[in-house]
Amino acid sequence: MSGVGIVAAQRAHFDQPLDLKGGSVLPAFDLVYETYGTLNAAKSNAILVCHALSGHHHVAGRTADEFGKPTANVGWWDNIIGPGRPLDTDRFFVVGLNNLGGCHGSTGPASPNPATGKPWGADFPVVTVEDWVASQARLADHLGIDAWAVVMGGSLGGMQALQWTLSFPERIRHALVIAAAPKLSAENIAFNDVARQAILTDPDFHGGHFYEHGVRPVTGLRLARMLGHITYLSDDQMAEKFGRRLRTGAGSYGFDVEFEIESYLRYQGDKFAGVFDANTYLRMTKALDYFDPAQDFDDDLARALARAKAKFLVVAFSTDWRFTPARSREIVHALVHNGQAVAYAEINSAHGHDSFLMDEPHYHAVVDTYLKRVKL
Amino acid sequence: MSATAGPPQGGAAKNMEPRERRTTITPAHGEGAGGQAVQLRADFDLIASWVQPGERVLDLGCGDGSLLKRLIEERGARGYGVELEDAEVLAAIRNGINVIQGNLEQGLSGFDDQTFNHVVLSRTLQTVRHTERILSEMLRVGREAVVSFPNFAYWKNRMAIMAGRMPVSEDLPYEWFDTPNLRFFTLLDFEALCAKMDLVIRERQVLDDAGHLVTEEPNFLGSLAVYRLAR
Repeated sequence: MSGVGIVAAQRAHFDQPLDLKGGSVLPAFDLVYETYGTLNAAKSNAILVCHALSGHHHVAGRTADEFGKPTANVGWWDNIIGPGRPLDTDRFFVVGLNNLGGCHGSTGPASPNPATGKPWGADFPVVTVEDWVASQARLADHLGIDAWAVVMGGSLGGMQALQWTLSFPERIRHALVIAAAPKLSAENIAFNDVARQAILTDPDFHGGHFYEHGVRPVTGLRLARMLGHITYLSDDQMAEKFGRRLRTGAGSYGFDVEFEIESYLRYQGDKFAGVFDANTYLRMTKALDYFDPAQDFDDDLARALARAKAKFLVVAFSTDWRFTPARSREIVHALVHNGQAVAYAEINSAHGHDSFLMDEPHYHAVVDTYLKRVKL
Repeated sequence: MSATAGPPQGGAAKNMEPRERRTTITPAHGEGAGGQAVQLRADFDLIASWVQPGERVLDLGCGDGSLLKRLIEERGARGYGVELEDAEVLAAIRNGINVIQGNLEQGLSGFDDQTFNHVVLSRTLQTVRHTERILSEMLRVGREAVVSFPNFAYWKNRMAIMAGRMPVSEDLPYEWFDTPNLRFFTLLDFEALCAKMDLVIRERQVLDDAGHLVTEEPNFLGSLAVYRLAR
């Protein structure tokens, strides 16, 4: 089965100010997005895919080179989107975007601050999941979509799907909340803070204004990604993939790369630090930390979710220790408590938190089966 | 195990034996899904008659959700199911059921007290290791527990034992070596446990292997028992 083929990003400009949860106002902003499939006449077949910490709008298909030939740049969730795939583009109109504060084309810290003409840098506001959902609603307006058939995402993307059901209960019919949690634990926040400290203490960070200095805090960003990456994998998977294998077969009793896992993490760190924006990374992790829909309801998640009208599919993965199945079950049990519609699948997978990106047969079958029941 | 199975090979006599035993034990039925379906409906008929419109039902080990689907469509119930097996979870999602994948052996933690009007455990108690805990949990999260199970003391089962073989029947359709059943018990055994646990038996219905209600000598003539329990 082939996917959606060659895709191209689009850009929407929003000139109405956006009030942010943190108190500041964004006077105007751009969102970059891609779409796959065709919006039907009733505009009832739209799926919004929300990305996680390091994701973006290129969700499926391949981008084209200058000659119009497909590149090797495949979307980050291509395995689930396309004709005959769970997000069947013969049936659904799928939208992926780069979130506000991102570094893949939407307005973010590297964009020019209209007040100064220089990059926002540290002055770009901290955006929250609620802010993202508010900006995504503007995108829905722009596309003429009154209500999404489905909003879905994994990890931080799943939190956005959940927030959609609370911010705009009338504008979402189904929420697919995958490998997510209703809020971060102290341990989750701790990992995020170590990652942030790695960036904030990098001499090349310059308080977030590194663009003007012509440098990037690559060392800090690389460390942050290495740490994050450990939490995305599972112990079993690391043992199987790397074990204690040495690259050269013998220890050198020094501090160069010796173990295969070191090599892998450094590669992942380098790859990420080469392209990602440190200010965006800081803001993505803060959005995670702040997400807590039950906070205004005496920490009673059931009360917080009571206003949702969507039907839910919640999915968790057995080896995910970043957001364990128990965290997904908190969402499920709150919904059951309220008598709301929810299905929950707990997938046996070796791939830890990253499982949501993998082509696990039962996982994709669950999503496929659920989406086939979604009425258009 | 259908009649269209291929011709017997090498050890034909041995291969034939289980089928012959099964037909001897359940003369009223052929083998396989047909007979089973009659039974399932009889079981579900009773449960459906006990559910009032708008009531909340939790079906433990809900399989593909056919009971819940029926309770929702025919009785206007609001249903949730718990199921462990991947294939059944998929089938339940296909049926539009609120299915929650999980293991009953780990209890019902996460479900709040007295959330449901009825908590159903249909033909599953005999496969559960923590028998007392699941019964307690059912009556913690629900006002009423509905439990059905095969009666090991059914006369045909007794005959099989007398003949020296473990019973294989409509309600105990497995061989000893592939059965998921862990507990083999009778109506009397179950009622003794209920007394020990101070559970109130609100109602008991007993069916024979054709799905007909049994009124006399239930522990001898009944193949499947269905109980409504309360605290």
